[in-house]
Amino acid sequence: MELAEIGIKFALVAIIFGISLVVAMYSTYAERKIAAFFQDRVGPNRAGPFGILQPLADGAKMFLKEEIIPTNATPFLFIVGPSLAILTACIASAVIPWGQNVVIAGRTIPLQVTDINVGILYIFGVVSLGVYGVMIGGWASNNKYSLLGAIRAASQNISYEISMGLSIIALLLVTGTLSLGEIAQQQHGWHWNVIYQPVGFLLFLICSFAETNRTPFDLPECETELVGGYHTEYSSMKLGFYLFAEYINMFISSAVMVTLYWGSYNYPGMDYMNELLGATWGPLFGFAVMFTKVLLFIFFFMWVRWTIPRFRYDQLMDLGWKVLIPLAIANIVVTGIWITFFS
Amino acid sequence: MESLSNKKKVLEVKPLNFWERAYLPAIAKGLSITMGHFFKKPVTIQYPEQKREFSENYRGLHSLKRDENGKERCTACGLCALSCPAEAITMTAAERQKGEEHLYREEKYAAVYEINMLRCIFCGLCEEACPKEAIYLDGDIVQSDYLRKDFIYGKDKLVEAPLNQ
Ligand code: SF4
Ligand code: SF4
Repeated sequence: MELAEIGIKFALVAIIFGISLVVAMYSTYAERKIAAFFQDRVGPNRAGPFGILQPLADGAKMFLKEEIIPTNATPFLFIVGPSLAILTACIASAVIPWGQNVVIAGRTIPLQVTDINVGILYIFGVVSLGVYGVMIGGWASNNKYSLLGAIRAASQNISYEISMGLSIIALLLVTGTLSLGEIAQQQHGWHWNVIYQPVGFLLFLICSFAETNRTPFDLPECETELVGGYHTEYSSMKLGFYLFAEYINMFISSAVMVTLYWGSYNYPGMDYMNELLGATWGPLFGFAVMFTKVLLFIFFFMWVRWTIPRFRYDQLMDLGWKVLIPLAIANIVVTGIWITFFS
Repeated sequence: MESLSNKKKVLEVKPLNFWERAYLPAIAKGLSITMGHFFKKPVTIQYPEQKREFSENYRGLHSLKRDENGKERCTACGLCALSCPAEAITMTAAERQKGEEHLYREEKYAAVYEINMLRCIFCGLCEEACPKEAIYLDGDIVQSDYLRKDFIYGKDKLVEAPLNQ
């Protein structure tokens, strides 16, 4: 019995890991295709039908490139940087609830690797570890552009983590729990948190853009000023890991946003569907719904990237400290008053 | 002073109002514009398979012409080489022998005629200089190649295909 459960957990971990890697892989393809569509172009279309094999070709290229470690770089840290980036990107998915419990062959299987009661804090911890990958890489490169990129990444993450945390506090006032599994359950049907916390969601969204270093907050890798930013000196698969980590992060933060604000695996009319499809296929359908929402968010990330130019660095800091943090605090106060007096 | 054209427009620097400073409406507008492009037909021409039509006066690859009897028109006068600003043309003249009348129109012809396509700027001055209407830039674009020497096109590539009677 115990062994079977461990086996199921391992299978679940492997599946989630595989899914996030595949999503990240095809995000690179989607990014290029979507960029092309936004710019009235066609995008990659030579490798396989519609260029569907392009990510594989890119991956093969990355692996076959020469491994270069610059003379002045610190070799150990130079390798630790991208490893840490990809590691932290991969482990964040452990606490995300991907669906309701599935009943397969009389056994109830939770579609969540682990429902620790401080799930949100875990995600925060892992995400703030992620910036170490960028910082160590930029520092170890021993190159001024990389260093500047790394410093930017660090200060940007610190600034935006504050308002992200504050926007979460307002959400916690509403939900009363830190466990992602419970938060997902509470949003049953159409009771999505975004209805109760629109400002909080907006803040969280903006901060997620900043945390994942996506445009308009991609200053750490700003080509026009910093050559390649923190990964200027990187080549071959080490560069691949950095880029990959960015896409996994995007996937994870989309999943977190869906879980926290957009109803996770819940959708209006889910009770009816669950009855209709049974205990196995109903939750799996919920998983499909959640996955669709996540993909929509990823699309939104890309949509924004190909629309908005980057911020200037001082504007970025202004926005973080002078606008988002006061707004987040005001949001907490208003939410607190609302909860005290109206519920 | 009154402006001459009356087209002068005085711009005021207005401070941004609240909604403009909030960025979000502007961002939403930008997003809707890009979304409009998302569904437009791509303007890409997929080059090797599809080709854009050249305009009528497009100057492409040179061709050395033949006259109505299939004889080469060029008389190796060298005017084209002289007029060429890029010094791309070289030639060696030869005298037409007995029995070669069906090949060359004039008594002197170009035994070697080479254009270096890497030097040529496709200005068309050779075409204009030629007194015999022997050279025209009416071909396709120059193909890519690996070696510099392969861009020196000789008579084998330049002369028009002979008329088949
Ligand atoms: S097109 Fe211009 S550059 Fe080219 S061969 Fe003729 S004269 Fe020279
Ligand atoms: S192509 Fe024309 S200008 Fe040039 S050598 Fe021949 S006849 Fe003279």
